[in-house]
Amino acid sequence: MKFRGRVWKFGDNVDTDVIYPARYMNIHDPKQMGAHCMEDADPDFLKKIRPGDIIVAGENFGCGSSREHAPIAIREAGLSCVVARSFARIFYRNAFNMGLPIFESAELWDRVPEGAEIEVDGAAGTIRFLGESGESLAIQPIPPFMLELLKDGGLMKHLEKKRSAGEGHS
Amino acid sequence: MGLTITEKILLRHTDLTDIRPGMLINARVDVALGHDITAPIAIDEFRKAGGGKVFDPAKVVLVADHFTPNKDILSAGQVKILREFAREQGLTHYYEGGRCGVEHVLLHEKGIVVPGDVVIGADSHTCTYGALGAFSTGVGSTDLAAVMMTGEVWLRVPESMEIVLHGRPGRWVSGKDVILHVIGRIGVDGALYKAMEFKGDGVSALTLADRLTMANMVIEAGAKNGIFAPDAITEAYVKERADRPGILLASDPDARYAERLEVDVAALEPQVAFPHLPSNTRGIRDVGNVPIDQVYIGSCTNGRIEDLRIAAALLKGRKAAPGLRLIVVPTTPEVYGMALREGLLEIFLAADAVIGPPTCGACLGGHMGILAEGERAVATTNRNFVGRMGHTKSEVYLANPAVAAASAVLGRIAGPDEL
Repeated sequence: MKFRGRVWKFGDNVDTDVIYPARYMNIHDPKQMGAHCMEDADPDFLKKIRPGDIIVAGENFGCGSSREHAPIAIREAGLSCVVARSFARIFYRNAFNMGLPIFESAELWDRVPEGAEIEVDGAAGTIRFLGESGESLAIQPIPPFMLELLKDGGLMKHLEKKRSAGEGHS
Repeated sequence: MGLTITEKILLRHTDLTDIRPGMLINARVDVALGHDITAPIAIDEFRKAGGGKVFDPAKVVLVADHFTPNKDILSAGQVKILREFAREQGLTHYYEGGRCGVEHVLLHEKGIVVPGDVVIGADSHTCTYGALGAFSTGVGSTDLAAVMMTGEVWLRVPESMEIVLHGRPGRWVSGKDVILHVIGRIGVDGALYKAMEFKGDGVSALTLADRLTMANMVIEAGAKNGIFAPDAITEAYVKERADRPGILLASDPDARYAERLEVDVAALEPQVAFPHLPSNTRGIRDVGNVPIDQVYIGSCTNGRIEDLRIAAALLKGRKAAPGLRLIVVPTTPEVYGMALREGLLEIFLAADAVIGPPTCGACLGGHMGILAEGERAVATTNRNFVGRMGHTKSEVYLANPAVAAASAVLGRIAGPDEL
């Protein structure tokens, strides 16, 4: 689980209203949701990013509403993952349920400049700065249950798998 | 070691014999809730996974309250998805049109949630029902789809934070001010992943409406759930409305808490949260001169009959300031009917208010009260993020209904004592 891309930085408490404004919540098609990703935080965001790029944010990323449109929009815009100091809890659930990889790092935000290229290795639990320094940071490993969700491709696929394996749920 | 009320409720919804914060559990769900902008995705996921029948048609509740009355063709399509799913599944609780209200007022009003329940809703303000002594939390659409299929939800058992309330609130101080004060102190991630448990002698001085407002906003501090142990007030309310009695639980005296916060409720003045975070609070005396363009009184936070009575008491015989738009939205048909019979609507009309139909509309910048660039609103709602009620360069100030009413009359943010 390796992700390589350029860094786009956002601050603390990035809420779901700026990640995916409520006025677009009558949209039902995931592809179209991607077209509004981060629109109220930076209207030109989609013009700047390339597939695989990475959002790096501060504390409490994804606070606010329960809208799953937020992680879907990030995924559909082509971003590979989000690294933040911390995540709001519903966003945290939604991201894993949607198969959007997210990582917690207390240090990355302070250490990485916008536009830098990094490689996030989810399995090894490291972030490597590509370029001259080549230094790397350790990140929190993904909890085992969450890793299972990501590997299965999200919550529903995980449930299907459990179901066909004939496992109970409690 | 004792258990908190949150731990006790969760434990009763598993087959486990013990429970501790940090454990990952599968809990049985009593009420699963979705609305017109989160449920369509849940229904899609449910079908894609070969969902078949929902786990219990009496426990899946769908409320078309957000972009309704349908604001455009896309929104009408969303509601149609709910309606057809409700019909196909034979759901007991499907609400739209004149039977529909803002979900987090409608559900407790209809007696759908009782103390001791586990409630999972695809809406972040599902935490409201903690006021009744239920475990109640918001999730995303896919989580809701999984609950509709299995009747269970995966949860990490939260640590609890005790918020001990002392004293009686002053004249114009309500649950809204207590919760804004708490969020102001701990910040928008001050209770991240935690249960916020309200206790102390100050609780009995709060009405159920106050408690609902407070539990409603614990998500604005990042909490998983907010909770009040049920008392005589809760019991009387539930008895009158619900078919099920519920289970009245309380935390053990030796329950474990991660944190403790003391609040002197008697010393609080009305609070205002400035843009663009609910934690950006100030006492009403420190607000200064902030001219406003709109006042919105409504929402699952403060659109109950108790809130409308407070607003009407202040608006009686007065008018909204020239050029200011006053919008009042009774949150459910029942609230609307009571406001009508009590003469409150007459007072609002005479004050030049627009009286809207029950809907979440304006609170989330959906419709029926959108702000233009540069406009400012006082709202009795729960969020004031950038662009929450309209243009990204508009501003939302959160306050209680008394402050909202006084501000409407004076055309600037003002306390009721200034009238």
